[in-house]
Amino acid sequence: MIQLAWLIPLLPLLGFLIIGLGGKKLSKVLVTAVGCGSILLSFAVAVGVFLELKGTNHTVDVFEWINVAKLNLGFSFLIDPLSALFVLIITGIGFLIHVYSSGYMHEDEGYARYFSYLNLFVFFMLLLVMGNNFVLMFVGWEGVGLCSYLLIGFWFRKTEYNNAAKKAFIVNRIGDLAFLIGIMMIYVNFGSLNYNEVFEQAHANAANESLFNTIGILLFIGACGKSAQIPLYTWLPDAMAGPTPVSALIHAATMVTSGIYMITRSSVFYVNAPLASEVVAITGLATALFAATIGVFQTDIKKVLAYSTVSQLGLMFLGLGVGAFTGGVFHVMTHAFFKALLFLCAGSVIHAMSGEQDIRRMGGLKKALPITHLTFLIGTLAISGLPPFSGFFSKDEILAHAYEQNKLYWLLGIFASMLTAFYMFRLYFLTFHGKFRGTHEQEHHLHESPKSMTVPLIILAVLAVGGGFLGIPDGHNHWLHFFLKPSYAFGHSGTWIFDPHHFNAEEGKLMGFAVAGALAAIYFAYMMYRKNNVLPDESEATMGKTQRVIFNKYYVDEIYDAVIRKPLDVISDLAYRFMEIRFVDAIVNGIGNGARWAGEGIRQLQSGSLGFYVFMMSIAAIVILFIQMF
Amino acid sequence: MITALLIGLPLVAALLLLFTNGEGAKRIAFVASLAELGLALFAFYLLRTSPHDEHLASQMTMNVPWITSIGVDFNIAMDGISMVLVLLTAFLVPVIILSGFEKKHDNPSLFHALVMFMQMALVGVFVARDGFLFYVFWELALIPIYFICLLWGGENRGKITFKFFVYTLAGSLFMLAALIVLYLNTPVGMSGTHSFNISELYKAGQNVLSPTEQSLVFWGMFLAFAIKMPVFPFHTWQPDTYVTAPTQGTMLLSGIMLKMGTYGLIRWLLPMTPDALERWAPVVVALSVISVVYASVLALTQKDFKRLIAYSSIAHVGLISAGILAFSVKSGSTEGITGALIQMFAHGVNVVGLFFIADVILSKTGTREINELGGIRNVSPQFATLFLIVLLGSVALPLTNGFVGEFLLINGVYQYSIWAAAIAGLTVILGAVYMLRSYQAVMLGETNKVTAGFAALTANEKAVLFIVCAAVIAFGVYPKPLLDIMQNDVNALATMITESVKP
Repeated sequence: MIQLAWLIPLLPLLGFLIIGLGGKKLSKVLVTAVGCGSILLSFAVAVGVFLELKGTNHTVDVFEWINVAKLNLGFSFLIDPLSALFVLIITGIGFLIHVYSSGYMHEDEGYARYFSYLNLFVFFMLLLVMGNNFVLMFVGWEGVGLCSYLLIGFWFRKTEYNNAAKKAFIVNRIGDLAFLIGIMMIYVNFGSLNYNEVFEQAHANAANESLFNTIGILLFIGACGKSAQIPLYTWLPDAMAGPTPVSALIHAATMVTSGIYMITRSSVFYVNAPLASEVVAITGLATALFAATIGVFQTDIKKVLAYSTVSQLGLMFLGLGVGAFTGGVFHVMTHAFFKALLFLCAGSVIHAMSGEQDIRRMGGLKKALPITHLTFLIGTLAISGLPPFSGFFSKDEILAHAYEQNKLYWLLGIFASMLTAFYMFRLYFLTFHGKFRGTHEQEHHLHESPKSMTVPLIILAVLAVGGGFLGIPDGHNHWLHFFLKPSYAFGHSGTWIFDPHHFNAEEGKLMGFAVAGALAAIYFAYMMYRKNNVLPDESEATMGKTQRVIFNKYYVDEIYDAVIRKPLDVISDLAYRFMEIRFVDAIVNGIGNGARWAGEGIRQLQSGSLGFYVFMMSIAAIVILFIQMF
Repeated sequence: MITALLIGLPLVAALLLLFTNGEGAKRIAFVASLAELGLALFAFYLLRTSPHDEHLASQMTMNVPWITSIGVDFNIAMDGISMVLVLLTAFLVPVIILSGFEKKHDNPSLFHALVMFMQMALVGVFVARDGFLFYVFWELALIPIYFICLLWGGENRGKITFKFFVYTLAGSLFMLAALIVLYLNTPVGMSGTHSFNISELYKAGQNVLSPTEQSLVFWGMFLAFAIKMPVFPFHTWQPDTYVTAPTQGTMLLSGIMLKMGTYGLIRWLLPMTPDALERWAPVVVALSVISVVYASVLALTQKDFKRLIAYSSIAHVGLISAGILAFSVKSGSTEGITGALIQMFAHGVNVVGLFFIADVILSKTGTREINELGGIRNVSPQFATLFLIVLLGSVALPLTNGFVGEFLLINGVYQYSIWAAAIAGLTVILGAVYMLRSYQAVMLGETNKVTAGFAALTANEKAVLFIVCAAVIAFGVYPKPLLDIMQNDVNALATMITESVKP
């Protein structure tokens, strides 16, 4: 089965080709069958591979791609526990979201186009995690960026959506350039870009700390783009312009976790690069806090979830930065469950509300949408970190490592988690409890979504509840860590907090503290939004100063606009009008005119029989003579 | 023999075309160019299947005395490096002819005769192994394009074409001077003259010239190539010329002719004056890198889509030039040169595609002003998709043809200087900015008066775009044939240069 791993990305690619080339000629049923079927088959193969893997590494070669000088890049896949786990998440959750989409997008005129993009996305995402070298990772990396661009701007008549799509692509490319330079640095220093060779070399040269730091930071800048960390996070909230299932799949469960995959895959650099790790941890923590504060004041259901994604990704990076690679990956997985769930629930709500996304216009939806309500509550509990829901375990693991590294990290992490619990329950109460605040028409249309949408919700809810048990914080039973261990072949000692002797009363206390914090935050949200029915301000006028700043997302977009985009346009315009036309070209024209006058002079001298060509000839001859005399 | 045929066939076609009249000319030219493509593919096949075959090498070479009194031979040969460029020419010329099938030219026989004549000269440039012959082909290529621009061009064509002609001519005279210097430093052979044979010139450049002379020769040649490509600050003829030339002329100029410059760097500059390269690399690499950023920044502000592509072409060529000139005579690593050759092929395909797209838009809406357009995707989704594919090739998205070259080029520049690579790499970002911006302005959003009546693509337009898009994807997914064909010769060239500077 493992040797058939190439089928895993091929099937979605075929799906893309069939739907993409068939286009509108295909019936909706056929599009659905091909679109969902290809992912389901891919998932089936992935499960087969996964079961057969048992902690081993395999390379599956497909064809030779670029073979120049020392560079030997194949379309080859590395099948190991880390990639296998990501493949399962991508195809598994991908399939559920495809099914959900068949309900959600059913009335859209771009139905086939939508599925072709979605299949293409899955193909590139699989390439990203399955490639056996950094360039193939980069191929997937940019490929998912393209699909993200296409899907954010899916409804391409709206300028606002197109701007969001363009912004996502460009901001990502800033990170990609750093990633690319990082790749070059790896190549030049280790003479290869294939993981096996690079990691072996890196392991042997572990003393070269400054090199590792530089590589680590360059790769991380790439990760900041794709995984929406400070300062490159601004595209993700705007990306909510895309259809909601896209937000669930690409902008929550899979693509945005590419950065975590990248750093975990390259962990050999980070364990030997304290500075880079510190940068990762601090950036992650700062992003987690920063985005969480913004999330508290958002009023668009998808924007709240978007900022919460940014914040959760920050938490994952905090984990990676303090050496909790398993913790980071663990949180990728649980987050994929509960955040995909939350987004799909949001989609179900938006569907029911005839396109409304403002939570100030919602309220009391639990009656009309019982399944959505219940599953959303489960997702909210999971993200808030309450046991035994999945988020609790993965978050706990990250925070426990942070505690070992630096108690302040832990404290701030707890604070970010409390904010998360608060704004998520704020969202929950405002959406599902209280009185309905929308129009009569909307109220009249309220309905639970069709089965194609609710069944994926239920499955994801089950996973969001139970997913945490794959990593119980007890050395012997931490299945996930032992599963992933072979992927960290180099540079890891494995003596981490979940080794048996480490699990002690102290960690128990930390857990208790975290849970108490979350409960307090939930209570606070309950008092405000359920008991006292506080509603978010209708306009900025009634807000306090601080609140207004946060409501406007700290004006970061405006600052970027003023500091980067506008100056660039001005420079471009000035350079064109003055540098190009009045200077460079003016000099050329000046020389040309000078030569013409001179030529005309000579022409007169020689009775006009010689042209410009011969004039230059003679100059050339003089130059030659001159050189010969040396 | 095959190499000579590759030159002869278009020449014969050009001559025949002069005797035809009417609209049949384009068909004859198209068939002739297809025959040329077939021939080029055959040569490619031979080279690929038996690269080390002595007999084959002699088959691909032709060396007969030409002007014996000054030691000039008609010396042509085909190796992997030439092959890539010849294949590019042979591939693009039929596409370019096809792209004009629905156009009414005044005097189609002359037009197509000039195109075929140009192909002859271009192939000649890429296979010449004699300095004088190279120069002759180099100048011969200028004549047809001059007339194409002058006779079929747009507004202001007289003045703009004159500037283009004089500028490039002035540049090539510096090259001629450099070649003559090299020639005079070759040993006098049995025939009693110096020699223009390329390997003799190499030896003269590497071993005989003093450092000062090498530098002069280096700059003389660089100037000619820099103007042709063009790189900053020798580029100002280019945007005007590209905009004014008829679309097919622009395609010839940008798709193939500018590669004369980048090819010249590889074949004629690097091996000729390796010491001077080492000395002047900081300057010429800097100019190339400045080209990349400068042209990208200027592209941002362009309102005319054709002019925008013209600037983007300067940016792309700047990177090619940087990748070649960053060649280290010490390490002799080949990423940059390989990347340059791959990118020449890719850029040729992509830029022809983009100019064709600009032409389609103009012919269907009457304007190329980006801000007047919009929403074309609503009316012609197929065109939108094809445009997008070419665009992705242009911004070097992986699995398109643009990526392989760009990756190798940035790699080559990186090995020279990480900062140069980082700055040149800005093209990754800026390219996305100006391309996506213009794509959005032209294709997305709601239709307006200008674009509402955008007619469906004709069969001919589809054919051109399909071919271009297929090439964009095929060479991105599987660049191996091109990489393989040049590998040995690039390595040999690099080794030859590296060894020449050993003390």
